[in-house]
Amino acid sequence: MDKRFVYVDNSATTRISEPVLEAMMPYLTGGYGNASSIYSLGMDSARAILKSRETVAKALGAKTNEIYFTSGGSESDNWAIKCAADAMAPKGKKHLITTVFEHHAVLHTAQYLEKHGFEVTYIPVDEMGLVNPADIEKAIRPDTFLVSVMFANNEIGTIQPIAEIGKICREKKVWFHTDAVQAVGNVPINVAEMNIDLLSLSGHKIHAPKGVGALYMRTGINLPNLIHGGAQERSKRAGTENVASIVGLAKAIELATADIPAKQQRLSKIRNRIINELLKIPESRLNGDPVKRLCGNVNISFRGIEGESLLLSLDLAGIFASSGSACTSGSLDPSHVLLAIGLPHSTAHGSLRITLGEDNTEEDADYIIETVPKTVEKLRAMSPLWERILRDEDIDAE
Amino acid sequence: MIYSEKVMEHFANPRNVGEIENADGVGEVGNAKCGDIMKMYLKIDGGIITDVKFKTFGCGAAVATSSMATELIKGKPVEDALKLTNKAVVEALDGLPTVKLHCSVLAEQAIKAALTDYYKRQGIDPEPIVGKVPDREASCGI
Repeated sequence: MDKRFVYVDNSATTRISEPVLEAMMPYLTGGYGNASSIYSLGMDSARAILKSRETVAKALGAKTNEIYFTSGGSESDNWAIKCAADAMAPKGKKHLITTVFEHHAVLHTAQYLEKHGFEVTYIPVDEMGLVNPADIEKAIRPDTFLVSVMFANNEIGTIQPIAEIGKICREKKVWFHTDAVQAVGNVPINVAEMNIDLLSLSGHKIHAPKGVGALYMRTGINLPNLIHGGAQERSKRAGTENVASIVGLAKAIELATADIPAKQQRLSKIRNRIINELLKIPESRLNGDPVKRLCGNVNISFRGIEGESLLLSLDLAGIFASSGSACTSGSLDPSHVLLAIGLPHSTAHGSLRITLGEDNTEEDADYIIETVPKTVEKLRAMSPLWERILRDEDIDAE
Repeated sequence: MIYSEKVMEHFANPRNVGEIENADGVGEVGNAKCGDIMKMYLKIDGGIITDVKFKTFGCGAAVATSSMATELIKGKPVEDALKLTNKAVVEALDGLPTVKLHCSVLAEQAIKAALTDYYKRQGIDPEPIVGKVPDREASCGI
């Protein structure tokens, strides 16, 4: 098969789609007015932001004034968690509940709060990467100010029982935040029905530009600002609005949520074919739940090889993917998510994440299915660890 | 993170991959937990390293540093191999990202581990000549 260009890292980022760019163009060119200005050029921008807010709210089952635009998922997570802490600490509520395998935007924020006198309970996940809602219920205390559980995991794609957790939190009168950066557009979301109080989302995962996102804040919750300095976003988030990107986010979420079942059906078929074929490689395993899983997520570990080498080799073949190896995590430890579901370090190092998106086709899957086994074989042939695995040595005993 | 063209070239076309049957010295460093293992095979004839092969489990930098290290000692006297530093490997690769420097240390140690084995087989105490090579567990997180 000829070398192809196969981008399968859609959980990392996506390209700006043509309709999104088209919607943005007027605000990147002539419509550059500051939305706070009173003249028509400014009011045009203000109108575009209002319309975008309506669109984003509609996609989530929220009210228009419950949506605040931010710079992205990380800012939304920081705002929700730090400012919920700020709001509740004076009432003596200084306990946060989250899980061990959140995105670092949540985990590092939780660790920051721990350094500032807050207490955090990290709920474990099972070997499939699922949170047990009963564990959340048990962990809730009178001084718990927030529960934060990610909707769908960015690495292994596990989809959490968010509605159940939401119900528990509402009954216990504890605010519930979810990082839905990976879920939006892949899983139907209705914040009202699911009893979600705070939700973070990001634009660039759904074909909008990088640097734009939103925080949904339920009516009745009045978090203090994370960013002070102006009257934008109803005085809740200062900074001249990134009008074009906000318009792009709205267009993207409108398109991404237009027909989620159709997307799920198309992508999960391609996903399952890739999973089934790659699991034919000896000493491989699927990470994460096979069913409660994002429709585009494949995460497989191959023993005896290291993830970064695999990615670089695949890159040479034109495939762009990701891994949870230490070398790609920027630290000496492999992915905290893979360790949380109980993988030994050596197996976590050899993980490959493929995340499919709108642009991916069956032909991409064919190419992946043809290329990955050859690449794994090539790397195993030069791996002294693979020799030891073949000799049945206990490589994780070290 | 950016790799130099030379690192990518050595990763894509690693030199001297494989094993040597009846090698005169074999050394292995690193461990599975850290995600890097290098194994070096030396053929030594009359004090000259006539052949060298390696096998590596690890990241792109681990493969490239192994490959470059073998290139730097192949055909050279044992004394030259003893003097090979991780710095020389890094320079020959036009640099490594800071987070990957430990790979070059591992490459230097892999050669020293193979030379240690070589001297042991000769019945010579390797430590005064080669120095101490960290064992597998100790080489993580340099």
